[in-house]
Amino acid sequence: MAFVSRGFRGRRRDPAESARVPPGQYVVDDFPVLSAGPTPHTPLEEWSFSVVSPAGDVLRRWSWEEFRALPAETVTTDIHCVTKWSKLDTTWEGVPVDDLLSDVEHDAAYVTAFCDGGYTTNLPLEDVLDGKAWIAFAFGGEPLEPEHGGPARLLVPHLYFWKSAKWVRGLRLMDDDEPGFWEALGYHMYGDPWREQRYWGD
Amino acid sequence: MELVPETPRATTLVLDVPGWPGHRAGQHVDVRLTAEDGYQAQRSYSIASPPGAGRIALTVERLEDGEVSPYLVGELRPGDRFELRGPVGGYFVWDGEPAPLRLVAGGSGLVPLMAMLRYRAAVGAAAPARLLVSARTLEDLLYRGELERLADDDEDLRVAVTLTRSAPDGWSGYDRRVDRAMLSEVLGPPADDGRVFVCGPTRFVETVADDLVALGYDPARVRTERFGPTGG
Amino acid sequence: MEDADLRLDGNAAAGLLAEVFALELTTAVGTCGSCGARGEVGSLAVYAHAPGVVVRCPRCDAVLLRLVRGPGRTWLELAGVRSLELRSPEGA
Repeated sequence: MAFVSRGFRGRRRDPAESARVPPGQYVVDDFPVLSAGPTPHTPLEEWSFSVVSPAGDVLRRWSWEEFRALPAETVTTDIHCVTKWSKLDTTWEGVPVDDLLSDVEHDAAYVTAFCDGGYTTNLPLEDVLDGKAWIAFAFGGEPLEPEHGGPARLLVPHLYFWKSAKWVRGLRLMDDDEPGFWEALGYHMYGDPWREQRYWGD
Repeated sequence: MELVPETPRATTLVLDVPGWPGHRAGQHVDVRLTAEDGYQAQRSYSIASPPGAGRIALTVERLEDGEVSPYLVGELRPGDRFELRGPVGGYFVWDGEPAPLRLVAGGSGLVPLMAMLRYRAAVGAAAPARLLVSARTLEDLLYRGELERLADDDEDLRVAVTLTRSAPDGWSGYDRRVDRAMLSEVLGPPADDGRVFVCGPTRFVETVADDLVALGYDPARVRTERFGPTGG
Repeated sequence: MEDADLRLDGNAAAGLLAEVFALELTTAVGTCGSCGARGEVGSLAVYAHAPGVVVRCPRCDAVLLRLVRGPGRTWLELAGVRSLELRSPEGA
């Protein structure tokens, strides 16, 4: 059993910010790099973003140029990583997922984001619509660095940050909620930081 | 517990570990700290002391914005307790085999390799040994006096140092980043016996391992241990 | 003995599993299920700055092993490993 190490506090949040920080999280000023594999470096001319049907058919596809021509929004938000750090007031630029799905006919209830490098994560469709999710291509006013998911990553700030998949290349519409890379191995299917949904059964 | 300053940034913790089962040269331990509210942080530290030395020594580099290392070298006092798991790792270890021992260290990557050299000296192992260690400055070089003494007393041990940031006047060692020519000069031609142990930050280890293979070293004889971004 | 008598319960493997899972794993030789590369576990590529630990093949980057630790629970997945050859100490 663990015993307390006298005088050890670890990284602490400022109590003044506690209303903004979900339970069990601490605030960081840097931007930790988390990665489950080597960083892909897909050239922009080979990059595309696709919306795929449950059967695997490509319904819509944008080249980088086409994607960047779509109207983008600037978002300032807090992000919460399941490894317990939170970062406040991060500023992103991205295309709302609403706009990428708006003229696609379907009756799916879930999506799976898929990425360069093979990473996947699953979300209810309603959690990426109504201004809750973006395909982000800039952070802090600069093009998104590859180590942070560039050229583009999913941004779903109201869920734990593993749902904001780095190096995203598309969304697959799903009839059922199929677990992604981490959700298949103990991590929560939904991942609400305010309810501390870290692991299965939380 | 005893604290021994090594360099401006590194300190050795000498610990009495009740029930310590003994270790092999090159192994590490996992240190886990628990705060009063249950928050935990865990890091791995290589063991610097040789097998059979009684107390165990961990050399910890203090990372300014780190979480565990400032506690271990700044806050910890004799009588304090923390959790230690280990020794762990059976891959990056040297058990005193007589075949030539070749070691390449970047920064605090010297720690597990020092356990090997100390063990080699303690048991009078027959293995000829060569060490190439890269440090930013002479002040940052760990175990400097001890390395000099070990090499002076032993014609089968060659120690070469390269200083990558600044070298003192009259410095006769290397003063550049480790490269193929340096590896070839210090380690000699690839041999078909013995092992090469490479330890250091991820990019250092990757470059050295690639260079060794390019020089003709059998990848199966090159054992690597990358530190990675520890977050300290 | 009839075929129907051959099936046992998982508990029958308890001793064997306890023996195997206690062995030093970093010197075990793994074979990648994707590209067939063989190497000691200690030589594989590990990504630990993540919600879990991901072990990949250094040749083809395929995921060989994943491990997630939660409070009181550990999840282990070995689907990418074709085989793992473990050595018993002193040839036991």
